[in-house]
Amino acid sequence: MNAEVTTIKTAAETALATAFNQARAQLPGDNAVAAQRKAAFDLFAKEGLPHRRVEDWKYTDLRALMRDAKPLASPPDAAAKARARTAGKLLGDVEARRLVFVDGAFVPELSDLAGQEAGLSIGSLADALGGDATVAAHLGKVAPAGDVAVALNTALMGDGAVIRVAAGATIGRPLHLLFVAADKPAATFTRSLVVVGEGARVMLIESHEGPPGSDYQVNAAVELVVGERAHVDHVKIIGEGAQALHVSTLAAAVGAKARFNTFTFTIGGAVVRNQMFLNLDGEETVAGIRGATLIKGQQHADTTLVVNHIARSCQSREVFKTVLDGEAHGVFQGRIIVRHGAQKTDAKMMTQALLLSDRAEADNKPELEIYADDVQCGHGATAGALDDELKFYLMARGIPAVEAEALLIQAFLGEAIEGIEHAGLREALMDQVAEWLKARGS
Amino acid sequence: MALLEIKNLHVEIDGKEILKGLDLAVNAGEVHAIMGPNGSGKSTLAYVLAGKADYEPTEGEVRFDGRNLFDMAPDERAAAGLFLAFQYPLEIPGVATMTFLRTALNAQRKKRGEGELSTPEFIKKVREVAAKLNIDQDMLRRAVNVGFSGGEKKRNEVLQMALLEPRLAVLDETDSGLDIDALRIVADGVNRLRTPQRAFVVITHYQRLLNYIVPDVVHVLSRGRIVKTGGKELALELEARGYHEYQEEVPA
Repeated sequence: MNAEVTTIKTAAETALATAFNQARAQLPGDNAVAAQRKAAFDLFAKEGLPHRRVEDWKYTDLRALMRDAKPLASPPDAAAKARARTAGKLLGDVEARRLVFVDGAFVPELSDLAGQEAGLSIGSLADALGGDATVAAHLGKVAPAGDVAVALNTALMGDGAVIRVAAGATIGRPLHLLFVAADKPAATFTRSLVVVGEGARVMLIESHEGPPGSDYQVNAAVELVVGERAHVDHVKIIGEGAQALHVSTLAAAVGAKARFNTFTFTIGGAVVRNQMFLNLDGEETVAGIRGATLIKGQQHADTTLVVNHIARSCQSREVFKTVLDGEAHGVFQGRIIVRHGAQKTDAKMMTQALLLSDRAEADNKPELEIYADDVQCGHGATAGALDDELKFYLMARGIPAVEAEALLIQAFLGEAIEGIEHAGLREALMDQVAEWLKARGS
Repeated sequence: MALLEIKNLHVEIDGKEILKGLDLAVNAGEVHAIMGPNGSGKSTLAYVLAGKADYEPTEGEVRFDGRNLFDMAPDERAAAGLFLAFQYPLEIPGVATMTFLRTALNAQRKKRGEGELSTPEFIKKVREVAAKLNIDQDMLRRAVNVGFSGGEKKRNEVLQMALLEPRLAVLDETDSGLDIDALRIVADGVNRLRTPQRAFVVITHYQRLLNYIVPDVVHVLSRGRIVKTGGKELALELEARGYHEYQEEVPA
């Protein structure tokens, strides 16, 4: 006898289904997009919200963590836009071209669209879903269709950025995608597509923030196509408000001989799931994949990474550092897959958790799947408290306990943050770290 | 009153008594050598003075400049003028030597109610001291002790001491692992710091260091107690005859 397992839909799953059915007629896009949405939603309807028995979500049981689904955000009003004017402080004084999204909708009047460099093209996804060739060619092709968080994003995507960098173009000013939640407890589903041509160079900063007192929900996905010999730096700052639920995805397809760096800085949000699906499709690419996470209180932050070495002779370095205080729960799942034929792959992954409290929890799950025989791969994982011997050495020189701990924590995170090529951004993030430590010490 | 006054000090580590009634008085301007066989409690004395956790004083008292040392956290002891040159200086990856020195110096100055040094003042001061100790600028830019040789680490300890200008410096086997040239540099560094206001406790297993840092008083530490005290000639005597006679139980 086959036992048919019937899962009872949770309140959140029911609400998402209702939201989709009500919104589908108004969501942007032509028939092809509507079909894409429908297929994606069907996957979600079949799978439901991922839970702990799904291996990739083992430590982040979204079904349990997401008690309800917020209604889809409505277009931002004048008050919401006004509040967004003060956003972006997470970046310090890093000079960048701002593209501002309030409650998931692109707001041109808050964005800096003047004087665009030759070869740069910026548009909104809501506009581009109506048959744009780049969107038709790439959207949904980079991100894994089978991932439920991506599927929900595809089903409900409202707006986002569509950025094209022409072959050979060098975009001097970093592009800053600034996502701000206004204070309504709503849900946003943004989807951005960035296509960087051969030999082009660009830096992309993505930041997410919102008010501390609102339990809003964010599902943000970025699909990135990196052309041959292109140089792309991507930095994501997750600085959401204290009650926010944030699920975000970076999916990248990287061509041959490219330089690609991505860094995620996670400091805000109640529940954060940051997932990366990176395909190294062309030979001799060098990829730096790094992150730093600082969480405290009841925060939960999950970094899940899949790096696919598809072509030969690529190098990837994965460095993830997590600092946990209070009862925070940190998760790192990193999988490096070396496909058949990806000979001479050189991949090294290191993940380290620093626990400042006995009640904090860190789960580290590094994995290597290797199907080629001439490769250099390795991974390491550590979790532990601050080194008492080092702390004593610093104190014996007159440095008070809290300051000694701060120095050691900064040094710990610094090893990952150093991987960011942009000096101003490195400084801005170290300032964020210092602020976090100051709040801890007081 | 002596700058450092230790009376009947008993110290346990993990429930095991290491110091068993140690007495010692060090006056400002003096250099005291503490010699003794391995396991006699030399490093325990150094660590308990600096305030290392797990070194549990169970009896007796230590006064530093009249204050009860055990009421003070390690950083407070440092700010009050106590310095320990570590036998095994630690490597601190990710913390630049300059940042470390500056944080330490300014933390101490702040605690003493003195103003923080400006960046140019600080850099000038470090460069002066470093030059005398043959420490090049490159070493200062690197992370604290990371990739330093044994001799470089010890010179870095003396650099910190010179910069922090303590009232009492405890040197825990600063000579261990040094070749003769490095030993001379380190000893010169220490000798330059000798003033009528400053005192040193030089802990060593061998007499060799005391050829360069000439002590006023030499103590023999054995089984957790000072068992003999004499002048600098006592060190030569120990070198010639060894420690074995002090390792026997001293008749009451």
